[in-house]
Amino acid sequence: MTAILDITLPARAPFSATLKAGQIMRIIDLEGQQAVDALFYNAQDRSERYSAQDTLAAQASSGGPYYLQTGSVLRSNEGRAMLTLVADSCGFHDTSAGACSCEANTVRFGHETRFMHACRENFLTELAKYGMGKRDLVSNVNFFMNVPIRPNGELTVDDGVSEPGGEIALRAEMDVLVLISNCPQVNNPCNGFRPTPIRIIISDT
Amino acid sequence: MLDLNTLTPAQYRARYLALQEAARRRAATALPPSVTAPQPLEKPLKTETVPPGAYVALRLKRFDVLRITNDSGTPGAALFLWNADDVSERYNAGDTVKLQWTTTLTTGRVLFSDMGRVLASITADTSAGHDSIIGPNGPAQAGTGANGRDNLRLAGAKFGLTRRDLAPAVSLFSHIATDETGRFQYHAAAASGAMVELRAEQNVLVALSNTPHALSPVTAATGPISIAIAHRPPAEDDLCRHFTEEAVRGFINTDEAFS
Ligand SMILES: [Zn+2]
Repeated sequence: MTAILDITLPARAPFSATLKAGQIMRIIDLEGQQAVDALFYNAQDRSERYSAQDTLAAQASSGGPYYLQTGSVLRSNEGRAMLTLVADSCGFHDTSAGACSCEANTVRFGHETRFMHACRENFLTELAKYGMGKRDLVSNVNFFMNVPIRPNGELTVDDGVSEPGGEIALRAEMDVLVLISNCPQVNNPCNGFRPTPIRIIISDT
Repeated sequence: MLDLNTLTPAQYRARYLALQEAARRRAATALPPSVTAPQPLEKPLKTETVPPGAYVALRLKRFDVLRITNDSGTPGAALFLWNADDVSERYNAGDTVKLQWTTTLTTGRVLFSDMGRVLASITADTSAGHDSIIGPNGPAQAGTGANGRDNLRLAGAKFGLTRRDLAPAVSLFSHIATDETGRFQYHAAAASGAMVELRAEQNVLVALSNTPHALSPVTAATGPISIAIAHRPPAEDDLCRHFTEEAVRGFINTDEAFS
């Protein structure tokens, strides 16, 4: 494996890169319990983008769970395969709870949290570099984030189950623009109340 | 003022657990029928029947009430909403379930936008369930027949919107739930005559499609749904506006735009 890119992304920071079809992106949760929010766009036509509902509907139809794990195919709003989760040490990644925002924080945690940093601030900053904005901010994946949906309908953000050094690998099935927010949230347990750095490696195999 | 940037992890955890505890208490408390009974819908401004496979694009003013009745027990109806005054603000499925700590959308709950504001309240509901995790069907389930994804796009197009303006949607009139193995199971379509009522809390654009849930074993609509619209501002003691502390904060954000 020769890395095309190998970086440590600091706690709370945004990132973006374009993957060519066939390339692999690894994300390493260096210290454990760190949520990594990610958005995906078809690099050739960015109005085709990741869709949590297309992904979960296809996965449920083939007997799969409501969360993402090894073998999960991340699908676009056209139902097409964008990426495949080819390796995963964690076994549970959320795609239903969305990314944190300043505005949602005021509702969830009180108006005193309004000016704390949030994933959607990271995403908007990164989207702007590609001429995109709020209309392009759709459903996302929360890697390493533990969001159980219980049989009674309850949905909570629970303590992360990702160990230090935990790793996922995604294979691009088309040319994909990837946006990442290394989640800064401290008002729920998604980051162990202590955001930490992650490592991102992109390679051809 | 509380300096949130200097709290310890234990202090943040205590704040979170207190909110979770309140949410669980709310969810576990059944409301008496005197509180949840549907109010009469007097003098409708508009009524319409939506045939199987068809859709409507509606414009509602703040405090208009939209009553959707499943006349035929058809397995689902797809729904999406935008703020009519700024269409970049739209329904946000993730925030709706996360901010209310539940995927169960029924009387008392609200539909949140991406801006921490309420687009619509669920003021009445006799159905067996509405889902915003898996959502409406698409061509993958419906084949060449009418489907929720394309109908929501068509309804959006009538307001000049494109596929960029759609995000995860709601599928009304279908009961799904996770099981102990982490699989979603499709339980049942709503019975004939089931009704859900939404009150617009902003001026909103509504896309509504008579097409099934993505997991419905019946992949085409089996009969009509009907709609009725009336104007009915909330009473002082309105259920949805006081149901949870999250809703109270969401309405502070919402009403700010109209004060
Ligand atoms: Zn976040």
